[in-house]
Amino acid sequence: MSKLETSSLYQLTMVRFRLFLREPEAIFWIFIFPILLAVGLGIAFRNRPADVLQVGATTPQLTQALAADKGLTAVTLDEAAGTHALATGNILLLAIQGPDGVAYKYDDTNPDARTARLLADRAVQTAAGRHDAVRVGNELVHEAGSRYIDFVVPGLLGMNLMGSAMWGLGFSIVEGRQKKLLKRLVASPMPKWQYLAAFLLSRLAMLLIEVAVFLAFTWLVFGVPFRGSLVELGLLCLMTSLAFSALGLLVASRARTTEAVSGLMNLVMLPMWILSGIFFSASRFPAVIQPLVQALPLTAAISAMRGNMLQGLNLGQQMAQVAILLAWFVVPFAVSLRIFRWK
Amino acid sequence: MGELKNGAAGEATRAAGNGRSLLLRGVKKAFADVKAVDGLDLEVARGECFGLLGPNGAGKTTTIEICEGLTAPDDGTVEVLGLNWRTGADELRQRIGIQLQETQFPDKLTVEETLRMFRSFFKRGISVDESIATSQLEEKRKGRVGTLSGGQKQRLAMACALVGDPELLFLDEPTTGLDPQARRHLWDLVDELKHAGRTIILTTHYMDEAERLCDRVAIMDHGKVIALGTPKELIALVGGENIVEFAVVESHDSQVSESRPGAPGSHGSLVPKGEGPGAPTSHISQVSESRPGAPTSTVAHAVVDAGPLLAIPGVQSHRVDAGLHQLSVSELHSVVPRIFAALTAQGLHLSEFRTHSATLEDVFVSLTGRNLRDE
Repeated sequence: MSKLETSSLYQLTMVRFRLFLREPEAIFWIFIFPILLAVGLGIAFRNRPADVLQVGATTPQLTQALAADKGLTAVTLDEAAGTHALATGNILLLAIQGPDGVAYKYDDTNPDARTARLLADRAVQTAAGRHDAVRVGNELVHEAGSRYIDFVVPGLLGMNLMGSAMWGLGFSIVEGRQKKLLKRLVASPMPKWQYLAAFLLSRLAMLLIEVAVFLAFTWLVFGVPFRGSLVELGLLCLMTSLAFSALGLLVASRARTTEAVSGLMNLVMLPMWILSGIFFSASRFPAVIQPLVQALPLTAAISAMRGNMLQGLNLGQQMAQVAILLAWFVVPFAVSLRIFRWK
Repeated sequence: MGELKNGAAGEATRAAGNGRSLLLRGVKKAFADVKAVDGLDLEVARGECFGLLGPNGAGKTTTIEICEGLTAPDDGTVEVLGLNWRTGADELRQRIGIQLQETQFPDKLTVEETLRMFRSFFKRGISVDESIATSQLEEKRKGRVGTLSGGQKQRLAMACALVGDPELLFLDEPTTGLDPQARRHLWDLVDELKHAGRTIILTTHYMDEAERLCDRVAIMDHGKVIALGTPKELIALVGGENIVEFAVVESHDSQVSESRPGAPGSHGSLVPKGEGPGAPTSHISQVSESRPGAPTSTVAHAVVDAGPLLAIPGVQSHRVDAGLHQLSVSELHSVVPRIFAALTAQGLHLSEFRTHSATLEDVFVSLTGRNLRDE
């Protein structure tokens, strides 16, 4: 037997690997699921040629005027049928011919309806003889980096790192405690720090595969840009994983059953799923709770990854996020070492 | 011994603690308001196989976990291999082997992988192959733990306890939950370890297991040792090496019985006759709480005058448990006819009669008035 093979840290780390690789569900959630999610979102939010908006009008003349605009298709409906079509989302706007003008019926909280209102009015006024006062031209831009898929990939990466780190540590530790394996291990001369270190080491090795596979996929299939340093992006993933590993350890440090720890983990992760800007920008939340939102580890992780990938920022420009991630590593780790229940 | 500086401590304490593997003095441990261990003194010699026998809840597991350094006692001193857990924990962990109750090793590791992991924790010890051979798990070497039978899992636990080549081995209920064949298999394994000269401390609530495996046995009840000795000595406490059990019905022409409701010994109390022959240190202070719904009131059971029975030479004691009379007896062949005669003289008919060799179970019953399995 080689020296390495007799080392307890090596053995413990290998055990973590084996247990992970022999759990098909875990492999699905960590390696396959994020890719499926990216594919799904990529398809749903793919950039189509600018949409043609569906509108309705109460007279054939009006319909003709509206249809003259390339951005609109129009149908003729009476007011009752038109209102119904509006309510069911078949049309975005109904133009009603009145005795002394045209009234637009639409939902002003729907951005598409507002666009339809602008286009419809332009079409009606043009048909009535209005001329543009200023000549304008358009230069169209469809650039990688500003699409939704570019926005969501760093979000999914952060979410995935959070899930795999928390489940990887939290669940396994509590399962070991519940099955009295932890107790058996501390009854042996195993150095306790090595038990926890083995989790981190195996996590980091897995991280390499997990991140590389996912990012390579999004780069090849969607052409998601990587404008910042890849090494720094790797460091960000590492810090993110360490922070969530520490959080997973903290959540697992007292729980006696896997049911309890599952509940606790969902409790910890749920606010971040909502608040941390995975699918939409975290800046949408009211200013009052922004300090809280920004202090969450997932918000910091995702915003730093977006900065790196989409804006090409370096770590020096994102010290705030780095500091937040490090704090989320150090504090939970220190606390859990103090309160950890081995039996 | 405890003052020896670390370093050469290993060899030095081995010499200093010579002849003694374990010493407990006045050990106490309470959980909430339950006194799990209540003032325990024990000493286990090197090379001995020592058993803690008692019903569930007697404090056996707490005791063994205190010895293993997994539970800190509230009071008292614990000395293991001449060291104590406060200052010598790291060295002790290297030198003892432990099998806990109900450890579940990860299902998805193989036997070999599990053992390789445990082996890596110890500085010295036997090879993984050797531990697999000793525990007879060769055919399961590459098998996952999840596919092992109960007995094989228990042997794996044993192998994990052995990989560090321990001087002292703790086994907590090693055969609980196993089928008879698997139990015997495990007993053979313990036998081998004994003959290899290892010190073993085990807990069990099977008296046959303690009798079969242990050089000395401490019977525990309610956190205390109520009797201590070799299985032979303990059985001698009962007073005779055989137990006669019988039940009687009143015959119709009876005139003698009725009479003595308060007859000595007719109420479940053990009456040692004279000085129990080989009774060593132990205190047979009787604690017989007679059970609810026990004898006399039940119509079916006739009243037996224990006096004439106890007068028979060779009858050591008499007790009644749920209508079943128990006599501890030596010289079975000469005593039995006299028992028949004495009962006939009282106008009683036997409805049941059997004899068996006294066991540790009988010792426990005679000491506590309860059966081991009652709890």
